[in-house]
Amino acid sequence: MAYPYRDDRETTTLLSRYMGEPEARTLDGWLERGGYEALGMALEMKPDEITEIVKESGLRGRGGAGFPTGMKWGFMPKENGREHYLCCNADESEPGAFKDREIMRWTPHLMIEGCLIAARAIRAEHVYIYIRGEFFPVVRVLNQAVVEAYEAGYIGRSVLGSGWSCDITVHLGAGAYIAGEETGLMSWLMGGRAEPWMKPPFPAARGIFGAPTTVNNVETLASVPGIVANGSAWYRQWGSDKSSGTKLWCCSGHLVKPGNYELELGVPLSEIIYDVCGGAPDGRRVRAVIPGGSSTALLTADELDCETTYEGMQAAGSALGTASPIVMDESTCLLSAMRRIAQFYAHESCGQCVQCREGTEWIAKILRRIEDGDGAMKDIDTLYDLCEQLTGRTICVLADSVVFPLRSSLDKFRDEYESHIQQDACTAT
Amino acid sequence: MSRRIHPSVAGAQPFQLAERDPEAPLFESAEGQERLQAVLSRYPTKRAALLPLLGYANELHGWVSTQDMESIAERLELTPAYVWSVASFYTMYNKHPTGRHFIQVCTNISCHLNGAQRVLERFLEETGTRPGETSEDGRHTVIEAECLGACGFATAVQINDEYHENVTPERVPQILAGLDGNGS
Ligand SMILES: Cc1cc2nc3c(=O)[nH]c(=O)nc-3n(C[C@H](O)[C@H](O)[C@H](O)COP(=O)(O)O)c2cc1C
Ligand code: SF4
Ligand code: FES
Repeated sequence: MAYPYRDDRETTTLLSRYMGEPEARTLDGWLERGGYEALGMALEMKPDEITEIVKESGLRGRGGAGFPTGMKWGFMPKENGREHYLCCNADESEPGAFKDREIMRWTPHLMIEGCLIAARAIRAEHVYIYIRGEFFPVVRVLNQAVVEAYEAGYIGRSVLGSGWSCDITVHLGAGAYIAGEETGLMSWLMGGRAEPWMKPPFPAARGIFGAPTTVNNVETLASVPGIVANGSAWYRQWGSDKSSGTKLWCCSGHLVKPGNYELELGVPLSEIIYDVCGGAPDGRRVRAVIPGGSSTALLTADELDCETTYEGMQAAGSALGTASPIVMDESTCLLSAMRRIAQFYAHESCGQCVQCREGTEWIAKILRRIEDGDGAMKDIDTLYDLCEQLTGRTICVLADSVVFPLRSSLDKFRDEYESHIQQDACTAT
Repeated sequence: MSRRIHPSVAGAQPFQLAERDPEAPLFESAEGQERLQAVLSRYPTKRAALLPLLGYANELHGWVSTQDMESIAERLELTPAYVWSVASFYTMYNKHPTGRHFIQVCTNISCHLNGAQRVLERFLEETGTRPGETSEDGRHTVIEAECLGACGFATAVQINDEYHENVTPERVPQILAGLDGNGS
């Protein structure tokens, strides 16, 4: 398997530059590539200075919601002498996404360095890296990097002799999508079922073990060393005013060249799909794309000229999400694709909210029934009604997540549903 | 087993291995004690050590038995019922012994689009099992899995602690034959 896939065009490689080079995994290899220089610089700065640089850089959270990172750090209490925690969210469980795994398995020290700098900025002395259970091969690489960094004095007591101490603990999950939601993740870390909780309290006020906590995604943290070393203006040369920097794209589904590509934010989605990934295989046409991972609204082939910024994707009626386009060509039965997605959310609902627990299950069942040729026209109304019931009424947004792809497919491909119901036939070619 | 594990990663050891010993004592051994202490040293509460220890039981035994849950409950001062409620939430702690090769085929959306269903069927055919059932010789258990985070390399299949990517039905016999080197 050729990895990493590289775009033939000129690309920016802030995060993916060393992917594919096994030596970059080792501490020596990392130091040769300029590793831990940014940490050295951060140790010379005051915590709030680091936060300020990150704020000015415009970096936004890469875990899906796009919340400004510097602002999030700014919510943390400023006084010293109290426990603060940083949680690195390495749960990567959104169907379609496979970028954090690539960062961790090729450049684990980049993420560790990002964790340490972020910890310093929010005055935390302990970082928990929560990594999803399935990622065993990645965990081996990450664990080795953590131990190496401990032994060389980058982690632990008085980091690089600065007098500032910071521990890192790797915490392994065991298969639960909802553990990626930040409050679910905190419940998981504290030894419980990964059940989300109502906000407020927000993590910065009361997170794990009752202490102020910041949760950041792997890619967010891996973007930090470059920003600290080169400054916010440097980072802002890429992307738009509201969506600065670069992004790792996870391209999957029906593509000639699926894989990870790092691109400046704002490149038209059509360019990513056709020019970078070569479009659908065997000359087939693209039918629909779910652009930001399975919990975003789908776009038709005619809607792909949108700009891949947070604001551009929103204007197109979808979301950047985890930047994970799932491409479906003209041979795709959309109904069966939606059924598979719904089945996932039904399986992963934590069960605390009735609407989500029952609703996701019903949606999956109705879609299965239609797929089996036993649907009725009123099922379409019932599905719309369920979309209504599942929106904005639950503790976390898992329930909303199934609505985005489902409702958009009902709106844009109603003929597919009708054809299955009335003729037990698919409109795919 | 004898290599000392750094406490920072003691709670994050791969826990689905072909090598396992269902009879090994969980905490009544030097390794078990060491693991317990190393994990406990990383969290301000005992309860937070629960997931890492369930993982340890799975790593050692290949699954987590009621007895394992009871001994973990005792060490962490939790009730067995609480431990069960947590263990049952997470799909990767096996509640039953599995075959030596635990095969998980992702059938989620990106893999679904690339023919995962046929890959799953081929694994079931070749091992002569139904989903979740262990083959008579105790070698294989095949299940359907949710997204494994390898969507660009569909179909993704996890076998114990390894990933197999870009799996097609045609490659299945060869993958099975490679598992313990002496044919399937
Ligand atoms: C159901 C659900 C699943 C999520 N899964 C992940 C995940 O796997 N990884 C992740 O980083 N964020 C995930 N998030 C987003 C987190 O709640 C959180 O916003 C994010 O980790 C914050 O980091 P960031 O600000 O750096 O993006 C998920 C959210 C929801 C609602
Ligand atoms: S919305 Fe669903 S997943 Fe989220 S807390 Fe409620 S039941 Fe759990
Ligand atoms: S959909 Fe199969 S690995 Fe993500």
